Amino acid sequence: MEFLFNLISGISLGSIYAIIALGYTMVYGIAKMLNFAHGDVIMVGAYICFFATTRYGLNPLLGVLLSMVVCTMLGIIIERLAYKPLRQAPALAVLITAIGMSYFLQNSAQLLWSSSPKVFQSVVGKGSIKLFDGALSISFVTVVTILVCVIIMIALVTFVNKTRIGKSMRAVSEDKGAAQLMGINVNSTISLTFAIGSALAAIAGVLLCSAYPNLVPTTGAMPGIKAFTAAVFGGIGSIPGALIGGILLGIIEIFAKAYISTQLSDAIVFAVLIVVLLVKPTGLLGKKVSEKV
Amino acid sequence: MAILEVNDINVYYGSIHAIKGVSFEVNEGEIISLIGANGAGKTTILQTVSNLLHSKTGSIKFMDEEIHNLPAHKLVPMGLAQVPEGRRVFSQMSVEENLELGAFTRPKANIKEDMEEIFERFPRLKERRRQLAGTLSGGEQQMLAMGRAMMSKPKLLMLDEPSMGLAPILIEEIFDIIKSLNERGTTILLVEQNAQMALSIADRGYVLETGKIVTSADAKTLLNDDVVRKAYLGG
Ligand SMILES: Nc1ncnc2c1ncn2[C@@H]1O[C@H](COP(=O)(O)OP(=O)(O)O)[C@@H](O)[C@H]1O
Ligand SMILES: [Mg+2]
Repeated sequence: MEFLFNLISGISLGSIYAIIALGYTMVYGIAKMLNFAHGDVIMVGAYICFFATTRYGLNPLLGVLLSMVVCTMLGIIIERLAYKPLRQAPALAVLITAIGMSYFLQNSAQLLWSSSPKVFQSVVGKGSIKLFDGALSISFVTVVTILVCVIIMIALVTFVNKTRIGKSMRAVSEDKGAAQLMGINVNSTISLTFAIGSALAAIAGVLLCSAYPNLVPTTGAMPGIKAFTAAVFGGIGSIPGALIGGILLGIIEIFAKAYISTQLSDAIVFAVLIVVLLVKPTGLLGKKVSEKV
Repeated sequence: MAILEVNDINVYYGSIHAIKGVSFEVNEGEIISLIGANGAGKTTILQTVSNLLHSKTGSIKFMDEEIHNLPAHKLVPMGLAQVPEGRRVFSQMSVEENLELGAFTRPKANIKEDMEEIFERFPRLKERRRQLAGTLSGGEQQMLAMGRAMMSKPKLLMLDEPSMGLAPILIEEIFDIIKSLNERGTTILLVEQNAQMALSIADRGYVLETGKIVTSADAKTLLNDDVVRKAYLGG
């Protein structure tokens, strides 16, 4: 029973990683950059929802929506102001800018909202589901997180594979020049990608803080890094890879905590990543980098 | 009437001066060949007309409108399409998806019908409509790249070395299609190293050498020109 409990907890934590990892992987796929500020957008999302619901008594669902809207705009603004001017710059300059943006968001949050922790009220409610005559008790948050992840995945895969705009995103990710020759606006495609990733980050932030209610300006940092790890683990650029990478990472983390060591759990997570990358450098579902002919 | 007027363009790659004061024009209904050896600057010129690269000087007019400051994606709905060098099909996407993307700027168009028209012209693509473009042979990819460009219903179609790497029989097929496209009203700007083939279907031609146009004349005249024969037609 304990095993099953840990497994479900792992899948749920992994679902949060997966939702965050989608933002990393989509932005990487389209803009070919690692947006290290993505984790901090999660934190902003959680704060917006916190203030909307706890301080101003907004309905939780509206709080989540508001948080999505704010993060979407934030993502678009970050890309416009910080990354777009560096489109032609070396990858290292972009990476340093992204790390700078990450600290900028954390420090701004500290300035605006102080570093004293906020106690986040779960948007899902406190109850739990009891199974096997009460032997297994799973909180609503855990269940809702998994469900939300499934819904997001289905929606996103459908969008990318079936819609006109989704196809144009895949075209941009494969060959920007050829995409422009089709009449696709690469700049607005990149904006759209940041918008989607950031809206998902808001959802992830709310789910994360619903499960772990301690909200501080650095709340997004560690989940951000883990989700980035998950994206690389699954194969960066791949949407199903983000899902698999995220879920596996969540399971490994929870099992390591439960059966090996709480202190070492993060080290174990990263050790697994290193082993996977040694065996398969492109990640589990990563594509070979195709040679241009 | 000129559909495309290129006037005194200069294009640089960093400090490399790749295109040096090139001017040419394409009239409505023509097939124009731009021939030149490897590295002469043919691709650079087409990329500049498509605004993927930018000229430091001069002007580029498409249907009397200055396009040289427009973003590249705005040119497609105006009727300017390019089949780029090396096909550049979207290899992770199916044949059908590639064709759909060709019609990206025509969201309200009857894409199914247009696609069937492309399939009539390229039956081999029809058989492979659900296959990933990356799994096609070189000739099939060339046909797909052409079909994809045709889906935008261009007024001017620019092709960058469509014969590259293809067997002679396929080259002939591709050139037949270019000719028939032209007969149905599409103006063609054809860039080729294969000067013989290109000039044989063209109305006029320009010869490019290290970034400069050195000769221009009727295609027939060029085919019989001694200098051109020596340099590009194997004597
Ligand atoms: N990306 C690039 N960077 C630097 N030089 C380039 C680049 N692309 C082309 N060139 C140079 O510009 C010149 C023209 O190249 P290109 O237009 O590709 O010629 P062509 O298509 O006629 O073979 C060549 O000397 C080539 O080496
Ligand atoms: Mg070339």
